[in-house]
Amino acid sequence: MFELEAVTRHYAVRQGPFRTRAVLRAVDGVDLAVHAGETLSLVGESGCGKSTLARLVLRLERPTSGRVRYRGQDLWEMDRDAVRRFRREVQMVFQDPYASLNPRMRVAQIVGEGLAIHGLARGAERDARVRELLEQVGLPPEAAGAYPHEFSGGQRQRVGIARALAVEPRVVVADEPVSALDVSVQAQILNLLQGLREDRGLTYLFISHDLRVVEHISDRVAVMYLGRLVELAPAADLFREPLHPYTRALLDAVPVPDPDRRREPRVLEGDVPSPIAPPPGCPFHPRCPDRFEPCDHRVPELRPTGTARAVACHRCG
Amino acid sequence: MTRAEPLLQIENLQVSFFLPGVEVPAVRGLDLVVGAGETVGLVGESGCGKSVTALSVLGLVGDPGRVKAGSIRLGGRELVGLAPRELRAVRGRQVGMVFQEPMTSLNPVFTVGYQLAEALTTHFDLSRQEVRDRCVGLLREVGIPAPEDRLGAYPAQLSGGLRQRVMIAMAVACRPRLLLADEPTTALDVTIQAQIMGLLARLRRELGMAVLLITHDLGLVAQNVGRVVVMYAGHAVEEAATADLFAEPLHPYTRGLLGSIPGAPGTRPGDRLRAIPGNVPHPTRVPSGCPFRDRCDLAVDACADTLPELEPKRPGHRARCLRVDRRV
Repeated sequence: MFELEAVTRHYAVRQGPFRTRAVLRAVDGVDLAVHAGETLSLVGESGCGKSTLARLVLRLERPTSGRVRYRGQDLWEMDRDAVRRFRREVQMVFQDPYASLNPRMRVAQIVGEGLAIHGLARGAERDARVRELLEQVGLPPEAAGAYPHEFSGGQRQRVGIARALAVEPRVVVADEPVSALDVSVQAQILNLLQGLREDRGLTYLFISHDLRVVEHISDRVAVMYLGRLVELAPAADLFREPLHPYTRALLDAVPVPDPDRRREPRVLEGDVPSPIAPPPGCPFHPRCPDRFEPCDHRVPELRPTGTARAVACHRCG
Repeated sequence: MTRAEPLLQIENLQVSFFLPGVEVPAVRGLDLVVGAGETVGLVGESGCGKSVTALSVLGLVGDPGRVKAGSIRLGGRELVGLAPRELRAVRGRQVGMVFQEPMTSLNPVFTVGYQLAEALTTHFDLSRQEVRDRCVGLLREVGIPAPEDRLGAYPAQLSGGLRQRVMIAMAVACRPRLLLADEPTTALDVTIQAQIMGLLARLRRELGMAVLLITHDLGLVAQNVGRVVVMYAGHAVEEAATADLFAEPLHPYTRGLLGSIPGAPGTRPGDRLRAIPGNVPHPTRVPSGCPFRDRCDLAVDACADTLPELEPKRPGHRARCLRVDRRV
């Protein structure tokens, strides 16, 4: 569905007391393919570049170098019609259901807007479509006439999902779609997303920092650190046997909701370095418990290991 | 539970916010006990009253909120109704507090050293040199590298993890007997969360503090506390040792919460989660009788009549539900 080839996105920033120019490497040479029908999750901590990568895939950011292809076509070499089709086929669900719905629009307008823009339905047909969509995401038909502030966070997220689905997309990019929600509501939304995927054969690109959620819903997982992919693997393999030391530390740090599996996690030292001055060599080496000779001067490539996995580490493969 | 007088004993705590023409109850009669050196988790979703409970202990519920009824005793001394002066002597000295967001709970215009020194000099009479030495010692204790250099830093110059370490250093500066930690890691990345929880556990052991951990994260509870109180809509609905709560959750709400999190015992990746239907009720629209009955799949007519007691259902395990049988 999507192919990313050596994609980088750098930002020019000014920093420090003298406002010196610097380059922030948000995404730094990512190769990745998203297959039709799969749920691929991007995980990593704040500042790792996962949201920038999503924006590159959505054609909201232009890569500094490298290519992003959607069904074989470069996103930045498309003609107007192709861009329009792309905008319909690739939809987005945002993190904050409070900020991503226009407070002055009724739900019917919010959900129906895409139908109008893409000329998919009008008049009574559009109203009927909107009611059908609301029902599919578990909202009552009366919701159509209400404003966003009349809903709870979970219900707003349902409106956001209905809006994304209105134009019959193939791909849904969801950036932290459940992190602003309470646990009990989070489960409802995850169930809804899974059900919709099965019914409609959707492809999901799911961005999350919550590894428990990621394990639950993903087919494949890509782990990012400081703008680079450090590991890519089927979810079951990754959670059973993480290969990259960062992935291991990340999984280790997740508190397991089971007091019988209590343990002292091997805690990583220090903070994530700044993407403005990333360390030389492997970006993870200053915090890595397994670093050795080549790590501080040679950047490890993302190399395939086994059948469906890849890892960027001098220790592996 | 402790046999002697517990460190913190909250009885029938009721806290409401009095808005024009309407009373919004946040805590509706909470009983909570924390023994000396014990770690207790207070769990619930947004609006359940867990943070307001912590603020009440510190006497920090501000207008239009007010502790309406109940008692909060710390080491046998009643805190409700104390004069502001007397409360200030308790706050920081006997009860330390760590809040969720270290950026907003540190003052951005003062240096780390200044704020840390203030925490000490409010309660102790110390010379400049003693204050400085203790501040450096505290920063070292919470694992901040090069502590001498950090004294002059402003909060904005530190990462989120370091800021939270500074908050913790301030909270433990006077060696309080009780530490209230309200979502101390929610704003942090998971590897930093692990560092901070490890730090809290070490300090608790070394200083012999009791910790009340307030969180929505059942994973943190499972890994870090000995006993859990689950809150819903201003009430405690279940209380048990952590192992018992996860092995046999009794209240339907607790069962729903555990079913909602991926990775809890009995859930497998890809399965549908056993989500709780509906939403947390607004505090002014909590149903009569059992507050959970409109989302509960076990609810019967009787649930609407009276609020069930939080009563022992198993040895050392209490729940507030008519439908759970008593086996004690």
